[in-house]
Amino acid sequence: MAAASPRVVILAGGLSHERDVSLRSGRRVAEALRSVGVDVSIHDVDADLVPALTDLRPDLVWPLLHGTSGEDGSVRDVVQLLGLPLLGTGPRESRVAWSKPIAKTVVARAGLRTPDFVTLPQSLFRELGASRVLGALVSRLGLPLVVKPSRGGSALGVNLVTSADELPRAMVDCFAYSDTALIERAVIGTELAVSVIDTGSGPAALPAVEIVTDGPYDYDARYNPGRTEYFAPARLSSDLAAAVARVAVTAHEALGLTRISRTDLIVTASGDIEFLEVNVAPGMTETSLLPQAAEAAGHNLGDLYRSLVRASLAI
Amino acid sequence: MIERIVPAGETAGPPTSSAAAGTRLDPWLGAYAQRTHGMRASEIRALFAVANRPEVVSLAGGMPYLDGLPLDVLSDVASRVVSQRGLQALQYGSGQGDVTLREQILDVMRLEGIDAHPDDVVVTTGSQQALDLVTRIFIDPGDVVVAEAPSYVGALGVFRAYQADVVHVPIDEHGLVPAALEETLASLAATGRRVKFLYTVPNFHNPAGVSLSTERRPAVLAIARRYGVLVLEDNPYGLLGFEGEPRPAIRSMDDEGVLYLGSFSKTFAPGYRVGWVVAPHAVREKLVLASESAILCPSSASQIAISTYLSTCDWQGQIKSYRELYRERRDATISALAEHLPEASWNVPDGGFYVWVKLPDGLDSKDMLPRAVTARVAYVPGTAFYYDGGGASHMRLSYCFPTPERIREGVRRLASVVAGERELVELFGTTSSIPDSVVDAPGPDVA
Repeated sequence: MAAASPRVVILAGGLSHERDVSLRSGRRVAEALRSVGVDVSIHDVDADLVPALTDLRPDLVWPLLHGTSGEDGSVRDVVQLLGLPLLGTGPRESRVAWSKPIAKTVVARAGLRTPDFVTLPQSLFRELGASRVLGALVSRLGLPLVVKPSRGGSALGVNLVTSADELPRAMVDCFAYSDTALIERAVIGTELAVSVIDTGSGPAALPAVEIVTDGPYDYDARYNPGRTEYFAPARLSSDLAAAVARVAVTAHEALGLTRISRTDLIVTASGDIEFLEVNVAPGMTETSLLPQAAEAAGHNLGDLYRSLVRASLAI
Repeated sequence: MIERIVPAGETAGPPTSSAAAGTRLDPWLGAYAQRTHGMRASEIRALFAVANRPEVVSLAGGMPYLDGLPLDVLSDVASRVVSQRGLQALQYGSGQGDVTLREQILDVMRLEGIDAHPDDVVVTTGSQQALDLVTRIFIDPGDVVVAEAPSYVGALGVFRAYQADVVHVPIDEHGLVPAALEETLASLAATGRRVKFLYTVPNFHNPAGVSLSTERRPAVLAIARRYGVLVLEDNPYGLLGFEGEPRPAIRSMDDEGVLYLGSFSKTFAPGYRVGWVVAPHAVREKLVLASESAILCPSSASQIAISTYLSTCDWQGQIKSYRELYRERRDATISALAEHLPEASWNVPDGGFYVWVKLPDGLDSKDMLPRAVTARVAYVPGTAFYYDGGGASHMRLSYCFPTPERIREGVRRLASVVAGERELVELFGTTSSIPDSVVDAPGPDVA
């Protein structure tokens, strides 16, 4: 039986490249939960965390960490080691979803479309010679291509490559953030983010959010309001809206995710839905997609987050 | 698979967005002034969020090392400010600043040869506000400011906010190059462009660490006079030299053609936010009016606290102890660079907070920063200090805040980052990224 006023600890910050985004997500969620009377505190991932969790014994830990250790499952492992309940996906499944190439392989096996791709570590380029590998890449996948770190979020280190001579530069950008690159065929179409939540009655998609930018949906477009126009719900026919919702729920289930996720998709002109990646700790900032989707569905964010908390306590 | 779309209305409230209308998440987007359009934070700036974590050796920020301050004495000062002068300290004050403090500021400036009158001094909220006021009263959009290459990022931010066009002039190990300044001013004059002022940090330059040689000072002043250009002399570090006596301020050579900015932020403590500007009387009148319209008056409490500190504490002894502390850190930085990064090059500053490091050919300090953060070390990419996005081959290392041991560890980490980046660049044969003009520097509270 859940406590009347559960004590929730939000984990935010960490040492990843996305620390700033995580802190913002943490503050927003804490504020929303407090507004509906939930007893919530925020803790960074640092040397004080384990003693603090041990002393406090919160009813629930909600990791809102983006990037390494937050999404790769390791901090979630520690929370479970301490015997504390977790809001969201468990460590093993996080580890799978966190790796973009592995997640793409899993959802493809579940029948979803995902752009053709290869995954290459920096060391391989050194061993085989960069120009040969890059040449083979372009021959095999064609252009344009998207180069991104195989792990990580917020579009850090992500580049669209439209000509072969842009590829080396994109590789260097990517390897600044991760030692392994995912290079995939760029799919042109309508960019969508579909959040999935499960407040106790099974995973359900929130309305898709459509993203329209005057350039790439990069860090600047994500976090500095202005360059990006969002449509929530997306401007889709009801059939297509249902189809993208189905894809997001399928990805959520195929990857064994729990309680909350966000799937990024592209719908092509011919109506194909291409899975790009999934986030087990979606951004929850002022400009993030999941809160927009929730509000578009008529949810009060505080109520929705409290429902997620209650559902997690009821397990 | 079962698909469920959460029905609107399952929880309270109607949909707040419809398919017809998109949102840019800022209802005032169309209302912002033109001058704000370049104001945005880059992903590079976001990386500095980790710099204050203890695991990271931050060579990025410019925070002074305050542990050496006599906090017990300052606590007494603060107590006396309230108990003895509370009604004045907590009240509005003069727009120009407290007259006693202005007189004491003259004593501080006399150490660098400046002879002025208290009426020439306007106290400001840090010298950053003085920069803002000077720019506000002189710059119309499109006006030219000539500044060193590189230049203090906070000044470039002010110039950008007022839509100035900044033209950089190169510096070398002796500071601003007079021939290059002459050439730049001549070429601007030839195209009919009016230069409003020359912005210079002549002592222990931020970020380049160099000082304008005593010999060049009159030459720079003469060139500026010849072209009718005001000199804006920004001097926060002048008293923090490691060798010999302070150099004479440019203002000590000309009281009509130079606006002088001073600050207690580096020689005492930045938390008080007290700086000042010295200006000829007509300019000063406008600065006072501009300051009153911006902030009414500088903080009375801060001014009285600093005034009490100057009159009752050994402030020159404190500056001397800062010098020793920073000299030790400079030495640690230079010896660590020599040991771990011999393939880079750098200047050896004889004062101030910064070493300006030139990376091995082909490396881009901005591209490399994420890798550095992964390795738990931070610096500021050179691009922050150029108006046009140049500077990618350099980085600024600040030695003011970390201990010598931490500095050595930071440079060791940096060396491994540089080695990794070199391998990557050699592997892919790439060159620097395309410059842009977003702000790549940390906020003021980064260690």
